[in-house]
Amino acid sequence: MSAVLPASGARALRQRAHWSDRIAHATLAAIVAALVVFLALPLGLILVKAVQDKDGAFVGLANFASYLATPSLLQSFVNSVWVALLVTIVTVPLAFGFAYALARSCIPWKATFRTIALIPLLAPSLLSAISLIYWFGNQGAARGLVVALGFENIYGAPGIVVAECFAVFPHALMILLSALALADARLYEAADALGTSTARKFRTITLPGAKYGLISAALVSFTLVITDFGIPKVIGGNFNMLATDVFKLVIGQQDFQRGAVVGLFLLAPAVLTFGIDWLVQRRQTAMLTARAVPLKPRPARGFDALMLGYVGVVSALMLAMIGMAVFASFATYWPYNLTPSWKHYTMGFVDAEVGDAFLNSLKLAAGTAFFGTIVVFVGAYMLEKTRGADALRPLARLLAMLPMAVPGLVLGLGYIFFFNAADNPLHGLYGTLAILVVCTIVHFYTTGHLTAVTALKSLDAEFEAVSASLKVPFFKTFWRVTLPICTPTLVDIARYFFINAMTTISAVVFLYSPETKVAAIAILNLDEAGEAGAAAACAVLITAGSTVVTLLFLALGAWIERRTQAWRRPAAR
Amino acid sequence: MDEAVRLEVRAEEVAAGRGASRAAVADYLRLEGVRKAFGSFEALRAIDLAIAHGEFVCFLGPSGCGKTTLLRIVAGLETQTAGRIVQAGRDISLLPPAERDYGIVFQSYALFPNLSVADNVAYGLVNRKVPKTKAAARVDELLKLVGLPGSGAKFPAQLSGGQQQRIALARALATSPGLLLLDEPLSALDALERVRLRQEIRSLQRKLGVTTIMVTHDQEEALSVADRIVVMNHGAIEQVGTPMEIYRDPATPFVADFVGKINVLSGRLRPGRELTIGASRFECVHDTDAERDVKIYLRPEDVLARPIAPGDANVFDGAIDKIEFLGSYCLVRVHADAMGAQPITVYLSLNFLAEQGLEVGSRLPLKLLPERMRFF
Repeated sequence: MSAVLPASGARALRQRAHWSDRIAHATLAAIVAALVVFLALPLGLILVKAVQDKDGAFVGLANFASYLATPSLLQSFVNSVWVALLVTIVTVPLAFGFAYALARSCIPWKATFRTIALIPLLAPSLLSAISLIYWFGNQGAARGLVVALGFENIYGAPGIVVAECFAVFPHALMILLSALALADARLYEAADALGTSTARKFRTITLPGAKYGLISAALVSFTLVITDFGIPKVIGGNFNMLATDVFKLVIGQQDFQRGAVVGLFLLAPAVLTFGIDWLVQRRQTAMLTARAVPLKPRPARGFDALMLGYVGVVSALMLAMIGMAVFASFATYWPYNLTPSWKHYTMGFVDAEVGDAFLNSLKLAAGTAFFGTIVVFVGAYMLEKTRGADALRPLARLLAMLPMAVPGLVLGLGYIFFFNAADNPLHGLYGTLAILVVCTIVHFYTTGHLTAVTALKSLDAEFEAVSASLKVPFFKTFWRVTLPICTPTLVDIARYFFINAMTTISAVVFLYSPETKVAAIAILNLDEAGEAGAAAACAVLITAGSTVVTLLFLALGAWIERRTQAWRRPAAR
Repeated sequence: MDEAVRLEVRAEEVAAGRGASRAAVADYLRLEGVRKAFGSFEALRAIDLAIAHGEFVCFLGPSGCGKTTLLRIVAGLETQTAGRIVQAGRDISLLPPAERDYGIVFQSYALFPNLSVADNVAYGLVNRKVPKTKAAARVDELLKLVGLPGSGAKFPAQLSGGQQQRIALARALATSPGLLLLDEPLSALDALERVRLRQEIRSLQRKLGVTTIMVTHDQEEALSVADRIVVMNHGAIEQVGTPMEIYRDPATPFVADFVGKINVLSGRLRPGRELTIGASRFECVHDTDAERDVKIYLRPEDVLARPIAPGDANVFDGAIDKIEFLGSYCLVRVHADAMGAQPITVYLSLNFLAEQGLEVGSRLPLKLLPERMRFF
């Protein structure tokens, strides 16, 4: 080895990579390659299709022009935007009130209320649409209310708005709960010492503290609504939205070009809101210092009673929504014979559609949870804890964050374009369960990734440096230290993947084949076929399945915690 | 590996240092022109340093001076932009950490929380296929060495900060590395524990003879444990020397200021070993050809309140301005016309103050020691 003394201005020195580093680089490269193939290329193809004609010739913005020249399609765009805005304006304050009651009041049964409000996360979003039809549809239990309010019927915009409010509520609630949990009691004590009024404290401390949470919740609500497919499909009637248009154009009319244009319209607000959210979140981090004192709410009889009343009403509405679906799924012949029976369940299983679909759902969810957790965690580890391959890292980060900004419908669209092409060597994947698993992993990659990154960042940054100095390759430390410490996080990620795979519709609706149809899709088909009872039964089945699995995961988590995390308890001295 | 084996290996390595000069063998670790730039920010500028075998060296400086970066470059955790590092005659400039020979201890301890103390200490041994019984014996030996025998079955969370840092030290020493790197190992500990552990580290280092580099921003820590101190500022070395040299003979105003307390006075140096401060004349030992303005650096203990004999040179008279009580000693600020209205701070013992009945406003004579003055 010769002396290395480059003159100043010469290229910076580069350390030689250890063989174990090369393994890390290869793994990282493999994950990046997979994300390119299963995320970047399909998305890129949407862009390409949007500027091509049917024969693949470049036509510039002609597809956009033809889209804008079609009044019915343009109307969908307008519809999507105002519905999404309305749902956001209604849901975010409602969820804020709910979160405020849970975080800042002394009402009893907080855990129960929280669980009830989060139930919709365990159900496919269109469950609320099905319930709504049973409540207020043409043969609904409380149809008179709709008429009394001056609507002709629930189908169309009113139904979509109400159903979306229910579906989006828990998402907004979770964000706002964590925003309100971040409170420094010292600020309120200082304000009290200065004799500040309650209203002023709320305006000057609480709201600014929750500002970023509110922005985030609003952006998430808007994006969820504008990209949701299930609810408009079930209860939308003739009211068209972007998400239903995409499906009609691509699956119904095989008009890939204009489908791609609509896909881009769906992608744009999602990317935009994602960008804003990302900027906002970066400023959020500095808000609370490590020395902050957690705020403990104090009892206040009048306020607590008010809050309890509000939370009770919202929870009752939630239960009414879930309960109606359950009730209807057991009703023998709605609305004439309400005697409970297993008819809709057995019928579904007898004609085997629901049974097979449910089995497929479980397979999809298990595959997504298993492989997704491995890929996400290994990817996050390589990104956060290994050295070198610096050129690859920004790309890996971007690809890991990108899925958050891509609606499932758009991802599914990209998959059709990419994998359905006969000349793609991966064409064989099309129509298999494997592609559903891959697509679902990619669809929900970012949340899993961020969870893993947060867990990894909480570990001492020098574990890997110490290991290297002791000549222990990183993968041994990964296996002996990192993985055991992070098992609770792994369980969380697996549960997240599983539940979302059970309930998702948007991406898989483009990709299923008769053999790989999942239960959430079966609901749509049953509903379309007029089998409302069976559709409700299927939705209930998914919700029940998700609930059981969630409980199993929680039990598994508790068991693992007991088995492997003994070292966390210094009391064992 | 026991001590004898380790030294043998070391000797072999030294002998194997192909083409290494004699000087390289004498210096266990040599840095040549090490530079580090982060973008346009120059974190380290051309660092040259040689460390002898068995030496205990401290990198001392304010935060952001580049001392930790330099340590991490020696460890291979960062790569220098330019420059060469030679350890035991082997050019390690571009070697990854795993191919270098050192043990490291971090401020955060970085103990593996889910492994027992014994497993932590044995972490590097297991990978070297050391037989289980031998490894266990080595772990016991190390735990005894760091003063925590019998704690092998505990988890790190069950130990105090100082105990955890001792385990981290044992882990770093388990594989008998040729170089021990300590990155602010005491900063996270409370004051008493810090003083205790630094002496333990020092005596351990003496016993094992392992070449050691410790990074610290605490001058007292550096003065009390180091064989030599490397004072750094703005990515450059200000001075390298023994603690006594650094304290008594600071090479730059920065070193004088950073290490220990010091009075900085403005004056004028004249030919004939004469110094004027304000209107007063003093003797000094420094001769100059041409008259010039100087900054005079004088430690508080180099301004004496006794013994002062009648007729002594450099004696002046001042009034006590402020007394800061520090325990057995007080830091006393004196206002003297002879200093040209510049306050001067001296150490006076509590006994002396009591004997003489001195309080704020009292007058007392003081004497400057000419041989202790430093001029910049």
